[in-house]
Order: sequence, then structure tokens, then C-alpha cells
Amino acid sequence: MSQKKPKDVSRKDMTNAQWTWHLMKQNWFGYAFVLPFMILFITFTAVPVVASLFLSLTSYNLIQPPTWVGFDNYVQLFLDDDLFITALKNTLIFAVAVGPASYILSFGVAWFINELPPKARAVITLIFYAPSICSAYSIFAYFFDADAYGLVNSWMLKLGFIDAPIRWFQDTQYIMPLCIAVALWMSLGTAFLSFIAGLQGVDKSQYEAAAVDGVTNRWQELWYVTLPNMKNQLMFGAVMSITGAFGFGDVVTLLAGNPSTDYCAYTLSHHYGEYAGTRWEIGYGSAISLVMFFLCMGANLLINKMLSKVGQ
Amino acid sequence: MAKMRTRGHKVVLNRTAGGDTVINIMLLLMGVLMVLPMYYVIINSFKPLDELFIYPPKFYVVNPTMDNFKDLFTLMTESWVPFSRYIFNTVFISVAGTFGNLVLSSLAAYSLSKMNYPGRNIFFEIIVKSLMISSSIAGIIQFIVLSKAHLVDTYWALIVPAWGTTLGLYLMKQFMESNVTDAVLESARLDGASELRTFWTIAMPMVKPAWLTLIIYSFQGLWNTGDSQFIQSEQLKTLKCAISQSLTAGVVRTGATAASTVILMIVPILVFVISQSKIIETMGSSGMKD
Repeated sequence: MSQKKPKDVSRKDMTNAQWTWHLMKQNWFGYAFVLPFMILFITFTAVPVVASLFLSLTSYNLIQPPTWVGFDNYVQLFLDDDLFITALKNTLIFAVAVGPASYILSFGVAWFINELPPKARAVITLIFYAPSICSAYSIFAYFFDADAYGLVNSWMLKLGFIDAPIRWFQDTQYIMPLCIAVALWMSLGTAFLSFIAGLQGVDKSQYEAAAVDGVTNRWQELWYVTLPNMKNQLMFGAVMSITGAFGFGDVVTLLAGNPSTDYCAYTLSHHYGEYAGTRWEIGYGSAISLVMFFLCMGANLLINKMLSKVGQ
Repeated sequence: MAKMRTRGHKVVLNRTAGGDTVINIMLLLMGVLMVLPMYYVIINSFKPLDELFIYPPKFYVVNPTMDNFKDLFTLMTESWVPFSRYIFNTVFISVAGTFGNLVLSSLAAYSLSKMNYPGRNIFFEIIVKSLMISSSIAGIIQFIVLSKAHLVDTYWALIVPAWGTTLGLYLMKQFMESNVTDAVLESARLDGASELRTFWTIAMPMVKPAWLTLIIYSFQGLWNTGDSQFIQSEQLKTLKCAISQSLTAGVVRTGATAASTVILMIVPILVFVISQSKIIETMGSSGMKD
């Protein structure tokens, strides 16, 4: 199939609408190429999110048609649902503890290994990246096994730190810190790889130029040369880290069960599952998911603002 | 001007020996922490029964054995759905989901990066925004959509949504933008090649690292699919699901659990080892402009 030669027309002869229509007709292949993907994306991502926005203002149980209730769901969430407040608090603690730490860790390790020979760099990359892809966090279930045969308990008993084994994942004191540690262990993912590539891509001659201009140590070099050169990667990495930090209810469920002891590690995704999945209160559930949605968006906005300060 | 220091034979700027040492020590410590859990589970999977229950637990194995892997296999063949069925399910879902995602994402990436039409930037902006939210955020509505389409409790309930995941598209679009020059495409078009032909014979061969990255991301995601609300029939469930079901914590099965964890983690790790350099190459253009 050969493409039709577009008629020679000039922008001047047309109104804006005509020009747009001309471009659309001339490039209809572009729409044809993007359409199949967009249909699936809209069906399985965009429609559910937009539908949640609408349904969060209704009461809906899947059997009867939704009835409009205005902001009642949200009012109930914030004023009359203690469990939601617990879940919100835990989600924020997780996100604040894991998000920035995993971001800094990803960048720090990528920066540390940047000047190593390629072979060594590849090996260390594998070591740090592996936990994020193998989804083997169940290992920690026996690292921190509740009886004396658990690795950590047996060591601590032997060294005399404790007299009786600790039930790590049932004890409200330890659940949160342990889940955060496990989440950090497996958090060097896509952002990490992106940083490694970004650091490799910085033009070496800029470092020489900076040295001539009076940069005298690696910290100045990092702030004035490396980071400004990597702004786009830093933004992409932030998006990846935030999505990760808000979405790890699964880790908690697997290690501490759902609900965890006293709901001490209960997160918004558990609360969503409870209402939307188990009780079929879709309207109320949607309100919970919208809260998660705005938290993610807010965090991204915040990071965007902070990254614009880099190198100044 | 900073004092000149050499590393090997190369002159390095702004680096002190002390700083290098501190960094290497930190890397070593963190590296050990990262490896330790994986090392321990691998060691455990090769321990015979008596060694698994030595107190305190040991970090090495005296008489390595394959018994745990054999036990795992026996456990699986005893279940009423044959083990081979779970393997087929996981492989089929992973391959079909990845293939569709690759084809649709490549076409869309080419369109979004190399064709110029009204609305293009808005499409891409929406894709970027979607990266900021976790896909499970509206899980129940996805369920409703799937059930309206009569896809619930079929393989397609996991496959079709995977076709529309955005991370692969994002990475491929960025990679095309910086690695496929407009001039090459223009000359192909002037030679009379159709848009589809230009895409297939000129653009696609130039973005092989991005293909590979997309394939690996998509495959890993699907391979790690566990229990899903979209699938209820036992004979359609995935390998990961089957393994976690048949291993509901029992002391006798400690060894088999370790063996199954090793099997599930070794596949994605091997895939990454083989493709690491291409993935890093793709990530070189992953940056997000404001």
C-alpha cells in the first residue's frame, strides 16, 4: 500500500479547524496505529478510574442501580470510620518511610557503582536488583519465624538478647518496622536501573569542565553536574518509587496476614478489598480508591516541585 | 584545581582514596544484606530433613540433596489438577499476554513518537499519568468490566488487561524517540514504503533493546501472577497459586517450600542476567520530561 501524496496546501489558506482536520486526514495512519492499544487502555484503566470517581458519589451494590448520595461516602470515611483512619495513617507511614528511602537507596547504589569496571557493575546491579523481581519475600516468613527455629530468634536466644522467641509477625511492636524493611529490601527496581543508565549517560567532558571551573569534591560534582544532567531520569524514578510505596498491601498480607494483629499494618488497599471485594459496597469502596488516587497524584506533584530545585 | 589521583592508569578528578574506601565498604555491607535472604533460602532448599531442623539453623549445608525438589514434585502430582496443567496455565498466560502487549505497544509507540497528528501529545500525557497510579486501584471495576465481557474465569481475564499495560509502551516510545531518526523514516517513505512497512522493516529493527525490555517486564509481571479474583476455577490457576496452596505451612513441608521459592525466583533472575545490558540500554532513554 503506498501512501497518497498529500496535496500541497498552505497553512495560510485555512482556519485552525480546517488545518487540524487536514492534519488528521493526512495522518490517519497514526490513529490507526495507536487505536488498538488505546481501546484496551481505556477499557481496563481509564474507564475503571473514571467510573470510580462517579461511583464514589453513589451507593451501589452491583444488584440494584447506583443511587446518588453526594459526598456521604467521604464524610463517613473521614468522620465515622475508625478503621479507615487507621488504614490511612498506616498507608502514609509506609509511603513516607519506604518511598524516599527506596529512592535515595536506588540513586545512592547506582552512583556508588557508576565508576566500577563494567563487569563488576553488572554483578552488583544483579545483586541489588534481584530481590525486586523474584517476589520471594516469603523468605522472610522463615527468617523471622515465630518459634526458636527461626533464624533471627535462634541467634538472639543464643546471644542472650531475649529469653523467649519473639512472634515477629504477630507482635504489633514489630510488624510495621519489619514490613517496611522487607519492602525496602525489594524496592531497588525500575528506578534503580533507570538511574544506572542515566549516570552512564552523563557526558564525561562536563566533569572535566566542572573541575576547571573549581568543583573540588565529589559532592559538588554530584549536585552541580550529575543531578542536573539526570533530571528526567530522576522524575521517572520518582514516579516508579511512589507507585511502589503506595502499593504494597500484598507484602503485608503475605507476612502478617490480613487483618494483621490489631490492624496495626492494615492499609488502604486492604480496606478497599474489604468493602469493594468482600462486602460489595462498590460506592464506598470507590471512595477509598479515590483517596488512594489523590494521594499518589499529590505525591507526584510534590516530587515534581522538589526536583525543579535540583542543581540550584 | 583538585589534586590528580589515578585509578589503575586513568587519571580521576575529585576523588579521594578515603571516599572510595568508604563507598566500597558501604556497598559490601549492603550487598551482603541483599544477598543473605536469597542465599539462605537456596541453602535450605538443598538441606536434607535432619539438617533443616538442627538448632540453631546453619548457614551451610553438609550433605546437599535434591529431596526437597522431589518432594515438591510429588506433592504437586498428587493434587487433582495435574501439575503440568498449572505450568501450561502460567506459560500460556505469560506468553499470550506478553505477545499482545508487545504488538500493540510497538504500534502505539511508533505512532506516538514518529507520527505527527492532533491529539498525540494528549494521548501520551494520559499514558504518563497512568504510570503514577497502581493498576489495582480500581480492581473491582475492572472485575465488572471483565464480567460484562464474559471474560471472568477464563485465561483472557488475565491476558487481555495485560495487553493494555503502559510501562512497556512508555519505555519503547522514549527509546524510539531518541534512537530512530526521522531522516531514515523519511527516506523510506519517499521510496514509497507504506507506513506499516516503514514501521516493520525500518523502525522495529532499530529498537530491539526496547522490545526485549518490554518482553521481560511483561513476562515477569505475568509469571508472578498469583491468586487473582478474576480466576476461580482450579484448573485455570497459575503455578504460583498452586505452589502456595499446596504448601500451607506445615513443618514437614519446610524443605519443599524452600524448593518452590527457589524455582519461582530463579526464572526471572536468569532472564535478567541474560538481558541486563539491553535493559540498561533501554533505560538510558527512560527519562520523563516535565
